[in-house]
Amino acid sequence: MEIIYLLIPVSLILLGLIVWILLWAVRSGQYDDLEGPAHQILMDEDKIVDRQKK
Amino acid sequence: MGPALDISMDYRNSDQTGAEHRLSVEPNCFHCGLPVPADLDLTAHIDGADQPMCCHGCQAVAEAIVAAGHENFYRVRTEVSPTGQDLLPGFLRDTEIYDVPSIQNQFIQSPGGDLREASLMLEGITCAACIWLNEQYIAGLPGVEQVRVNYATQRVLVRWHDSRIRLSEILQAIQRIGYRALPYNPAQQQEHHRRQRRQQQRRLAVAGLFGMQVMMLSISLYAGAWSGMEDNFQQFFRWLSLGLTLPVLLYSATPFFVSAWRDLKRLRVAMDLPVSLAIGIAFVSSAMATINGHGEIYFDSVVMFVFFLSASRYFENMARQRCAASVEQLVQSMPIMATRLNPAGDAEEAVPAAALAIGDRVLIRPGETVPADGEIIEGFSAFDESLLNGESIPLDKSQGDSLLGGSINVTNPLQMEVRAVGADTVMAEIQRTIERAQADKPPLARLADRVAASFIGIVLLIVAGVAIFWLLYDAERWFEIALSVLIVSCPCALSLATPTAISAALGKMQTSGLLVKRGSALEKLNKITHVVFDKTGTLTRGKPMLKEVICKSEFDRESCLQLAAMLEQHSEHPLAQALLREAGPVNSNASTQVTSIAGGGISARIDSQDYLIGSIEFITRQIDAEIPPPWLEQIAYEAVTAVVLVRGDTVMAMFTFVDDLRDDARDLVETLQHMGKSVMLMTGDRSATAMQVAELTGIDDYRAQMSPQAKMEAVQALQSADALVLMVGDGVNDAPVLSTANVSIAMGGASSLAKTSADIVLIANHLHTVARAFDMAGRTQRVIKQNMAWALMYNFAAIPAAAMGLIAPWLAAIGMSVSSLLVVLNALRLTR
Repeated sequence: MEIIYLLIPVSLILLGLIVWILLWAVRSGQYDDLEGPAHQILMDEDKIVDRQKK
Repeated sequence: MGPALDISMDYRNSDQTGAEHRLSVEPNCFHCGLPVPADLDLTAHIDGADQPMCCHGCQAVAEAIVAAGHENFYRVRTEVSPTGQDLLPGFLRDTEIYDVPSIQNQFIQSPGGDLREASLMLEGITCAACIWLNEQYIAGLPGVEQVRVNYATQRVLVRWHDSRIRLSEILQAIQRIGYRALPYNPAQQQEHHRRQRRQQQRRLAVAGLFGMQVMMLSISLYAGAWSGMEDNFQQFFRWLSLGLTLPVLLYSATPFFVSAWRDLKRLRVAMDLPVSLAIGIAFVSSAMATINGHGEIYFDSVVMFVFFLSASRYFENMARQRCAASVEQLVQSMPIMATRLNPAGDAEEAVPAAALAIGDRVLIRPGETVPADGEIIEGFSAFDESLLNGESIPLDKSQGDSLLGGSINVTNPLQMEVRAVGADTVMAEIQRTIERAQADKPPLARLADRVAASFIGIVLLIVAGVAIFWLLYDAERWFEIALSVLIVSCPCALSLATPTAISAALGKMQTSGLLVKRGSALEKLNKITHVVFDKTGTLTRGKPMLKEVICKSEFDRESCLQLAAMLEQHSEHPLAQALLREAGPVNSNASTQVTSIAGGGISARIDSQDYLIGSIEFITRQIDAEIPPPWLEQIAYEAVTAVVLVRGDTVMAMFTFVDDLRDDARDLVETLQHMGKSVMLMTGDRSATAMQVAELTGIDDYRAQMSPQAKMEAVQALQSADALVLMVGDGVNDAPVLSTANVSIAMGGASSLAKTSADIVLIANHLHTVARAFDMAGRTQRVIKQNMAWALMYNFAAIPAAAMGLIAPWLAAIGMSVSSLLVVLNALRLTR
């Protein structure tokens, strides 16, 4: 069971990472518009030709 | 989808979208869906085929889209696009003004270096494909670092390098693909909302994530307590829980502590006090237990309590902001810039809308928003006022008509003279009204607040009592039980029950054209027994037409009409307006000493002779003149309104007017009668007219020839017979009755908003929304009752159970939070 002394710190690091990601998401406004992305996902990205043009 | 979206779609008839329409014999523009003029041969090469275009504007837009490699747009869009407009030199100059640093200061942020960030309002968004197109296109411009389009608010956030591209170039580029972007100056209020929302999200995230860890550990601890667990692991887990609870306590729970402290300083007891006490005490005792190495820990209860409570606060806040969004939409719809013309009307300059003054001449192009209240001085066009009154069909307006700031010019360019700016505009009045109404708590809500406040005092006493009892009875469990009682009894649900329902209902009603000026009206509306209608302008359209001019043989029709118009020219009465419409241009200087006499008449001196105009009753009361009996016979059985013109003591002429019934009057009366209300008609008009209107609408009880005073007394008489009266009337003329009635609804649209004393204003000017008001009031009342019943039931059931030691602290935390969450979600049903 001593493995728990390793596993728990690992999970805490993971927690820190998740918290950081979530705070970043909030800060960058990912939760501001919960409607648009639902539509955007249905749009195909540009054709490959378009990519080259850019 | 908000109403904002509907507006942009209203520009075009959206049923021209389908491919089969495009391929029909009459070719429609591939881009905007308008029919292509027969003699025009314009095409654009899209997706390997030449497609018809209706104008050079659309062609330019389509070519720009194709050139940038975004043909895909045409494949995925679900609505036709706004008609393209040629890039006019005027527009180019207008956008360049946004490069001026002093103007940029109002709406631009500089995150660092030459990076600039601005929020732009995007017009012309009709479907999700438009957003895709804009994002792709703007992001492709050199120097643009980041673009984000918000579908819900139709705003773009752009970040660019100022040294590589200027803002005006971005705006012009957007115009090139057929949309229109203008810098958006977020009001401080909204900025505040956004910050608040994000902070709540962060607090919620921290509470949730750390809470999960603590929960996980405590499940292990519970399991360990059950099946045995080595002591060192147990200690380790307890210390871990302590550490993981700290961020929740110090970050997520701070709003509770702060507000409890604020209340304490003012010697008030409020909701956050028991909450903070519960959190604080539970944490401190658990921390001590951890340090001492023995005793119960309640970290799981602490984190859960904080998380669920934050969640319900967050939802409540979102509900309130959603209601505020209808107000925000109004603020947003006011343009920043306006085109001012010099007095001669031949030179134009772009000025900030805030700098407009009364009397300025303004040019409004199609698609632009009217920057202030005013009057058309040249041109005609259709105006979309849906933001102001929910009216979805654009209204035709021409010279002399008044325009409301915030409405959108749909068809033609025209010139307007500014009549009211800033805080004096109808738009500003609507905003203030909504805000006031939301602050006006109905009696039930005030009661709930008082109950909740004294409830908290009682709760603290109960907690103390329970603690003492258990200390004597079973000293081991006293703390746990006292804690449960403290947590479970928080009357959050009780005090959230009413305000959330009211604000949700007000928001919903505003979008359907009912502006509630006093929130308490909603509650009273449910108890109404009698509905009294005024006739003119309420059951009828209020736009009487001159039917006949009957003159004595020595006078002719035209001169009588002219004289009457001179007397009535300053009156806003509908009959006066009808006379003026018929009379044409009036010599406005000839009449002097124009005085309006209470009771329905106007006197004036014209060419040193005294004239008087007014209703038959008024005239016979004022002077000793006889109206020719044949005239009276003629109108006795007609549903007309009559006005008599008198010179000195001589009756000169009689004017008769007819007023059409509103289409939905009969339906509304039927609906109300169906609801069991007594419907009455009270009018100042003659009984023949009243009878006919009553017959057509199905009202049995009508009273005619009533002065405003008499109406008021009649309503008072009803009230003394225990009736609760709803008066539906014309806001301006019926003011005394409206304020006497228990609830009053004023017709007359947004423009009379400021003048009326009514509780509710029908800004949509549709009569059937009165039934909607009853419906909404009923639903709101039901939701409030459900909420109250639930909150009371919960508190009364949970406290004894907790006091008896049947509820563990963690269960108490869930119960309390879920009960307030339920209340908020239940209230949100009203917004559907």
